[in-house]
Amino acid sequence: MLNLRTIERKHGYNFAFLDENTKREVRRKTLKAVAIPGHQVPFASPELPIARGWGTGGLQVTMAIIGPDDVLKVIDQGCDGGVNAVNIRKLLVKTTGVRTTFATGEATIVQTRHRIPEEKLRADQILVLQVPIPEPLRFVEASMAKTREMHAEMDYSRMWVFLYENIVKWGEITIGARYPSLVNGRYLIDPSPIPRWDVPKLHMADTLFLFGAGREKRIYAVPPHTSVEPLQFDDVPFRVEDFAGRACLRCGATGTFLNEIFDGRGGKLYVCSDSYNCDAVKAKREGTTDGGGQ
Amino acid sequence: MGYVAVSGGSEAIAGAEELVKFFRLRGGSAALAVRQIRDQQRLAVDKVMGEGSLYAPTVAALALKQAEGDSIEASFILRAYRATQPRRYTSLAVDTAAMAIVRRISGAFQDIPGGQVLGPTRDYSQRLVDFSLLDEKEQVIRAFLAGAGLDAAGRDLPDSFPKVVALLRAEGLLAPPETADRGLRDITRESLGFPYPRSAKLQALARGETGAMMALAYSSIRGYGDIHPYLGELRVGYVKLYITHPALAKPAYVGKVLVTEAEIIAQYAAGEKGATPRLSLGYGLCFGHNELKAISMGILDRTTRSKAPQKAPAEDEEFVLYHIDGIEASGFVAHWKLPHYVTFQSTLDRLRRSQALKEEAPDAEPQDD
Repeated sequence: MLNLRTIERKHGYNFAFLDENTKREVRRKTLKAVAIPGHQVPFASPELPIARGWGTGGLQVTMAIIGPDDVLKVIDQGCDGGVNAVNIRKLLVKTTGVRTTFATGEATIVQTRHRIPEEKLRADQILVLQVPIPEPLRFVEASMAKTREMHAEMDYSRMWVFLYENIVKWGEITIGARYPSLVNGRYLIDPSPIPRWDVPKLHMADTLFLFGAGREKRIYAVPPHTSVEPLQFDDVPFRVEDFAGRACLRCGATGTFLNEIFDGRGGKLYVCSDSYNCDAVKAKREGTTDGGGQ
Repeated sequence: MGYVAVSGGSEAIAGAEELVKFFRLRGGSAALAVRQIRDQQRLAVDKVMGEGSLYAPTVAALALKQAEGDSIEASFILRAYRATQPRRYTSLAVDTAAMAIVRRISGAFQDIPGGQVLGPTRDYSQRLVDFSLLDEKEQVIRAFLAGAGLDAAGRDLPDSFPKVVALLRAEGLLAPPETADRGLRDITRESLGFPYPRSAKLQALARGETGAMMALAYSSIRGYGDIHPYLGELRVGYVKLYITHPALAKPAYVGKVLVTEAEIIAQYAAGEKGATPRLSLGYGLCFGHNELKAISMGILDRTTRSKAPQKAPAEDEEFVLYHIDGIEASGFVAHWKLPHYVTFQSTLDRLRRSQALKEEAPDAEPQDD
């Protein structure tokens, strides 16, 4: 119920936009998700003033867990300055007034779309991932009613067959990002469209990872120190994207996820996808200490 | 550097917002009054209230103005506003037999008790461009409004009309309403599994996007799982809403809303063995005056109860209910405008490896499906 006394007069909305009852539901469902690693927990997911499919699941999770003392970082494709990251950050700042940062190490909550930062995250940080399609079995089964049963029975045989047939047809598994991974030896998850590069970062991490799918109304989690194993065959091991021999044009880093860019003369350039990390490496190389900042 | 993923996003967004306003106003005409939209773009307002699932004509008209007439965008604005509103009461079930009729027709019977009431409809008007509307003079409008016939709507009509389907039921031609599952579930407060409880299914249909529902209903009546529908009755009119309040002995009247109701009579299905064959009913009801939506809803309510082993798209409840929500569908279709650099990079990596493998072993043909 709306409590007029708790409303922040400045913008007419409750702290972190959602009313307290809605937050309570998201928190309860999030706790359940943490208690059953990788299990998709349905939640009501009311509409937000941001379009469905544009980060509303991650937003609701962030809104439910954020407090006035948190320090927030929002990234899209690894970049703090992307228009969607800016838009989401603006809504959260407008309704919470929290401090924001670009520096990964300073943030207590990182909301992200499609990337996990290159810098290793700590136990006192939470990464909130925006999820378009929470269902890893969507590759082989469109119906949510049926995939629910398949999860309940841990029946992932069709997924294995799908991967096997990929290899037979193309010599290679065709799934690029959102690589299906088994959590805690039990539930298969779609780790959101992070590149395969980022999947190993989920495994036995110090950090809590929360996944919010707003349009599809599901929350799931990978708690700290939980195993996350990408599906692989003994003779065809899981492999991440290959950037061998490439370095970031801007900061010179190797060993980071790179985006390729056409240089306009028929050639290609490579730059880091994680913009803060790129800034930090560049600053270090150039001997300045300012690592991007706000 | 220019090629680093769009930075300076704040300035870009502020600039885009200013441009939106500029494009709306640059024509130099007088600003649209919200009341004009509410009065004269009546059907657009009704559509937005239905799809936004909030009965608020002025806010819906304002949303249409803000969205420059884009009805899905306006519905989204209204829906997001609705999500911030507290839900204090649930109204008592409405008896639509007591509807204050604006329009009421039956396609199944020539003569119905109470009569056919054509009401405000373009059904039998030729769709010719009316050039006289290019310049409507105020005195002409005033003279028209003062003239005869204008307040005729409803003047001679009785307070209530008997329902056409009640006649069929009395004759035993129509299956009785299912009595099980009468509980009320709120789809905005919980996420439900399939099959949906009946109340949840009707809510989802009532706030579906008109065009999406029309397309699916059309696919059914064209032949993909045809249920051979008839329009038993279509009503447009005002219904009164009541709530109970602990401080009041009697239910309290809280206001009236305009709704469109369609009762679709469908072919009798292969019933249970030994059971009497009966016609079945599909029910459609939505906010405002939106006949296409109410009829589509009635058809889809019926098609999704199909027990056919091989289901057509419109007969698959999960398929229909997951894809008719205009706010969800438009959001996800539009989200491809967001950067996907990282995921695309990941896909290219896979493709290049596949191409390299093919070059290494050009004779190794992939197996056919």
